[in-house]
Amino acid sequence: MTQTTNAKPDGSTASRSRVLRGPGGTALRLEPRALVAGLLLAAVALVMAIVLIGTGDFEIAPWDVVRTLLGEGSPADDFIVNDLRLPRVLVAVLVGAALGMAGAVFQSVSRNPLGSPDLLGFSYGSAVGALAVITLFQGGSAAVAAGAVAGGLLTGAAVYLVAYRQGIHGYRLVLVGIGASAMLLALIQYLLTKAKLVDATRAMVWLTGSLAGRDWSQVWPLLATCAVVFPLVLGQGRALRMMEMGDDAAYALGVGVERTRMLLMAAAIVLTTAASAAAGPISFVALAAPQLARRLTRSSGPNLLAGALMGSVLLLVSDWASQRAFGADQLPVGVVTGLVGGVYLLWLLVSERKAGRI
Amino acid sequence: MQQRLTARNVTLGYDQRVIAEDLSVEIPDNSFTVIVGPNACGKSTLLRALSRMLKPSAGQVLLDGQAIASMPAKKVAKTLGLLPQSSIAPDGITVADLVSRGRYPHQGLLRQWSQHDEQVVAESMAATGVAELSGRAVDELSGGQRQRVWIAMALAQQTPLLLLDEPTTYLDIQHQLDVLDLCAELHENQGRTLVAVLHDLNHAARYATHLIALRGGVVVAEGPPAEVVTAELVEEVFGLRCQIIQDPETGTPLVIPAARKARTGLAA
Ligand SMILES: Nc1ncnc2c1ncn2[C@@H]1O[C@H](COP(=O)(O)OP(=O)(O)O)[C@@H](O)[C@H]1O
Ligand SMILES: [Mg+2]
Repeated sequence: MTQTTNAKPDGSTASRSRVLRGPGGTALRLEPRALVAGLLLAAVALVMAIVLIGTGDFEIAPWDVVRTLLGEGSPADDFIVNDLRLPRVLVAVLVGAALGMAGAVFQSVSRNPLGSPDLLGFSYGSAVGALAVITLFQGGSAAVAAGAVAGGLLTGAAVYLVAYRQGIHGYRLVLVGIGASAMLLALIQYLLTKAKLVDATRAMVWLTGSLAGRDWSQVWPLLATCAVVFPLVLGQGRALRMMEMGDDAAYALGVGVERTRMLLMAAAIVLTTAASAAAGPISFVALAAPQLARRLTRSSGPNLLAGALMGSVLLLVSDWASQRAFGADQLPVGVVTGLVGGVYLLWLLVSERKAGRI
Repeated sequence: MQQRLTARNVTLGYDQRVIAEDLSVEIPDNSFTVIVGPNACGKSTLLRALSRMLKPSAGQVLLDGQAIASMPAKKVAKTLGLLPQSSIAPDGITVADLVSRGRYPHQGLLRQWSQHDEQVVAESMAATGVAELSGRAVDELSGGQRQRVWIAMALAQQTPLLLLDEPTTYLDIQHQLDVLDLCAELHENQGRTLVAVLHDLNHAARYATHLIALRGGVVVAEGPPAEVVTAELVEEVFGLRCQIIQDPETGTPLVIPAARKARTGLAA
């Protein structure tokens, strides 16, 4: 029993939103352009995922990929698709989505397009944790992932506590985060110089961020984390929207500002950490995805879902481009996202400058 | 009878710095209360405490007899609205969408928009004269238009108590009076209790039914403007020598600052 109505009684387009009414007085307010953009991104992500599964030393046509995924492929295809490449592509989708959403949360909370986990030091925290396990204990991949989680969460808690002064303020959060990044970077260098050559090589590979050799053991913890955290973050989306108007305005509207912010930051740190644990510190996705999504949806909100979808698309496209240009697993995907992200950052600086904001 | 909104012996401050100590204020029900005082005397701080944005380090603020700090945020937001001194319009948001955000405390995750919400938003925009701007982006508006949009958002919240921090700043004289007329209307016709911080003493004297003069975090005087606004008080609160005459239009007190010679002569 759904119907669409114009948000304005006279049918003018004053509000960008449309209302979707359901039974029992339920109603969802949606922005059509954001909805279309979201569906488009989801479609692109799906197509890219299928193309990416078919890409590699042994090429498989997209329709064969689909048939195999549906359980009707040849045994050889079945092994390559379901055992080797599907988990890797799922890791890409989930890591991209986690980073995209975490970036959207951080940028919205800090009211700063540079407020991303890359620049706030959380990724470096994970890196220190992972590197400590690699270089000091020569731990296996599960231990490295655990180290990344511990490092990320510890850094998150530390940055939050230092930045907290009668509440968290965007500017202070960014400054504290940048300070933390610098210190953690120094620690990373120290661990690298102290490491044995084998360990240092392994550490460098981890530091670049890569999808190579990812299997189902990386998928499950990541999937579980996303399944819990995504709904939690999306549920706070409307409150986050109100907080973009300033703490006082949000407070006046009945948003528990400090509680919401703490919850969301914790969620974003968990997402970043889970992504790092699965694929290493993939740079710039968290920074670029929310901004690109915002330009696509033209929605003034935090664009949580669109940011997540854009993150997946970015990572899938980067991985595909890397494989096309350099061959399977020659160039870690983190290098490509870093390259794309650097270009994006320059463009952001130029456009912000033109708009007179910096 | 106790008033709906009162502050009892509150101590207010930021970090360690105390702005007001042992301050007690009652907002008379159904009044149009205006708070005046020199810059940085704590007017905004008091308003933020009254709207539970700032937690007093001692004493408490009571809303309908209940400690406001212990009430759920959304419940407070349905009773008491605040227009902060400065807010940030999200990038590219339209007027209608910004005003719609005032309905937030009345909505839920599954009830994001009702016919009633729609009607209230339209009414709020009409009342503040921004209906014809409804499709425009807020960041393209003039300061005065923007201020009226924010007021429309606060109106859309439909709270019986409404606190406005400097609602007339940035407006030209005509629009200042428009906003004050609107406040007077809300107060007279809809019986809402209004509290506003104003800088213009003559506007305060004209529109307020209850005036609170604040200096250095202390209430120096309060009551009906006709009784409160005296030459002594203005000098005490603002350090300004002046004459008080009768406003020929309304009969309320009108503050005429002393000529420069008289004022500087005093200082010498
Ligand atoms: N967020 C804040 N942090 C620290 N000090 C503040 C803050 N806001 C206001 N103050 C200080 O509190 C005092 C009173 O400010 P305020 O209540 O805004 O004055 P006004 O009467 O002009 O509205 C000023 O000295 C101001 O510097
Ligand atoms: Mg003020």
